[in-house]
Amino acid sequence: MAVMSGTTARVRAAGSRSPGSPRPARRGWKITPWLFLAVPLGLLILFTYVPVANMVWYSFTSWDGLDAVKEPVGFQNYVEIFTRPEIFRVFLVSVYYLVGAFLQLVLAMYFATVLSFSTRFRNWFKGIIFFPYLLNGVAIGLVFLFFFRPGGTLDALLALVGVQDGPQWLGDPSLVNVSLAATSVWRYMGLNFVLFLGAIQSIPTELYEAAELDGASSWQKFRFIILPSISQIVGLSLILAVSGALSVFEIPFIMTGGANGSETFVIQTINTAFKFSKVGLASAMAVVLLLLVLLVSWVQRRFFPEEKGDLA
Amino acid sequence: MSQQHVTPARPVASPGPQRPAPPRTSERMRQGLAQRTRSFSAVLGPLGTTFKYVSLVIACAVAIVPLVTIFMAAFKSREEYATTGPLDPPSDWFNLENFVTAFTRGNMLEGFLNTTVILVVSLTGTILIGTMTAYAVDRFDFRGRRLVMGLFLLATLVPAVTTQVATFQIINGLGLFNTRGAAIVLFMGTDIIAIYIFLQFMRSIPRSLDEAAMLDGANRLTIYSRIVFPLLRPAIATVVIIKGLAIYNEFYIPFLYMPSRDLGVISTSLFRFKGPYGSQWEVIAAGTILVIVPTLIAFLLLQRHIYSGLTSGATK
Repeated sequence: MAVMSGTTARVRAAGSRSPGSPRPARRGWKITPWLFLAVPLGLLILFTYVPVANMVWYSFTSWDGLDAVKEPVGFQNYVEIFTRPEIFRVFLVSVYYLVGAFLQLVLAMYFATVLSFSTRFRNWFKGIIFFPYLLNGVAIGLVFLFFFRPGGTLDALLALVGVQDGPQWLGDPSLVNVSLAATSVWRYMGLNFVLFLGAIQSIPTELYEAAELDGASSWQKFRFIILPSISQIVGLSLILAVSGALSVFEIPFIMTGGANGSETFVIQTINTAFKFSKVGLASAMAVVLLLLVLLVSWVQRRFFPEEKGDLA
Repeated sequence: MSQQHVTPARPVASPGPQRPAPPRTSERMRQGLAQRTRSFSAVLGPLGTTFKYVSLVIACAVAIVPLVTIFMAAFKSREEYATTGPLDPPSDWFNLENFVTAFTRGNMLEGFLNTTVILVVSLTGTILIGTMTAYAVDRFDFRGRRLVMGLFLLATLVPAVTTQVATFQIINGLGLFNTRGAAIVLFMGTDIIAIYIFLQFMRSIPRSLDEAAMLDGANRLTIYSRIVFPLLRPAIATVVIIKGLAIYNEFYIPFLYMPSRDLGVISTSLFRFKGPYGSQWEVIAAGTILVIVPTLIAFLLLQRHIYSGLTSGATK
């Protein structure tokens, strides 16, 4: 809150200090926008900026979440994260989700391209492929626990084609992350698909007509018309896939609770904070994750610059 | 978790100049589709077309089969579940016993009630906050405007899941821990997407309307509530749909901040099925179906709005 009132005061002071403002007649209103903004800004600062600031502060202490005293420990928590292999190793789990995410984008692009051509039952296909994205995460978790459990749907399907005694899809540490990443692909592919489809359909028909006159093949149209037109959204999806893979939480937490080597960095952070009461260490872990995600966003802005910064 | 940032930032029906009139678009679209189709099958031949339909059918099967088997399990009695395979349909499609168990003993009723309360209050709050912010930022020229926009923009980069360690202390400090208020303030206070949707839409409302009202002596509050707010209705509809789905599906915030049993929302109530009903899959299946059905209904009714809400804004 202190941050906000400080800013407000400064801005107000700045406002009243400028008698040469271009529209002097409106000077009396200068306070009005801040009346409209007071609640939104207050909430934004209280629930986004104060937590980030506090998190950085806690990360340099050995606080347990309850103690009145927050003992400063310097960089000890960060040293611990990078020297204790069991903490950082969970990032390897993200690799499974990253591979899954790439697969997801490729599938989404394939289905979006295919459905951008006229197709029978087009809306049915579109709706069915997209629908999983709308479902509740817990419901998805339970659906796939049922799907992967011994004697569950997957085993029954495999038995149909003659495969008996399927592996323990969620019990085998070498398979569990593959199963969970596949669930994640099932859940999110529909979103990428609908976004790509929307981008493809907004391409002006003149481009196709011109290509047609030049005798372009389907592949050439995909390569030189469709692909460049959706590069922006593909780039964005790619980056979101990376930061999403780094901060996977819901699917593994709901389905396995992080057992059998399916623990992700976020699950570990939550457990460190709320189960083992090491808020200091957990904050340091959260700061590391935040920095990684910010780095990824920065890379996105660097390589896929927005056409116009019309929001700033 | 992974893709939750991709929510829309543009209104459903932005009447901006870049969009041609609707009938013309669809007409052109149809022409374009016809031409594209011709070349598609011309190049790939019947084999390509077969491959296309086979791949689409497989994709739909992959999407549906996990849901269908759990749907069938929900209608099976206990003995039937134990003796039949997951691919066998239930003997009695009207056996609603599991649904009754899930609803009454599984606390699903409280779950739906709590979700509804949280949904209504936070949606109302989000709409008021979002429209007020958009109004202030778009219609006023004041010092610090860029700073305010920057603060909202920067906040989109901070993934909420990382900051919960510290947010928890704030909720606790406000005395909101284990109340519905915790979820409500967090849903209201961290929604930057809604603000963007309103802001984009606000730009399409002519300023001359404001100015005319001002000449008639209306003050800013009247302009906001009587002119701008009603005109924002299409954008409000988008926010209600997108945000409503997100709140309905949210698991983490209620799980962390509302652990009390009678404060379960549908996500957390369903999650608790894992414990006591761990081996009773037919009851878990019924609970899962109860959660999925409202989503299915919403999707069937609002399909178009959901698609356009997601697609039109995602690139921003």
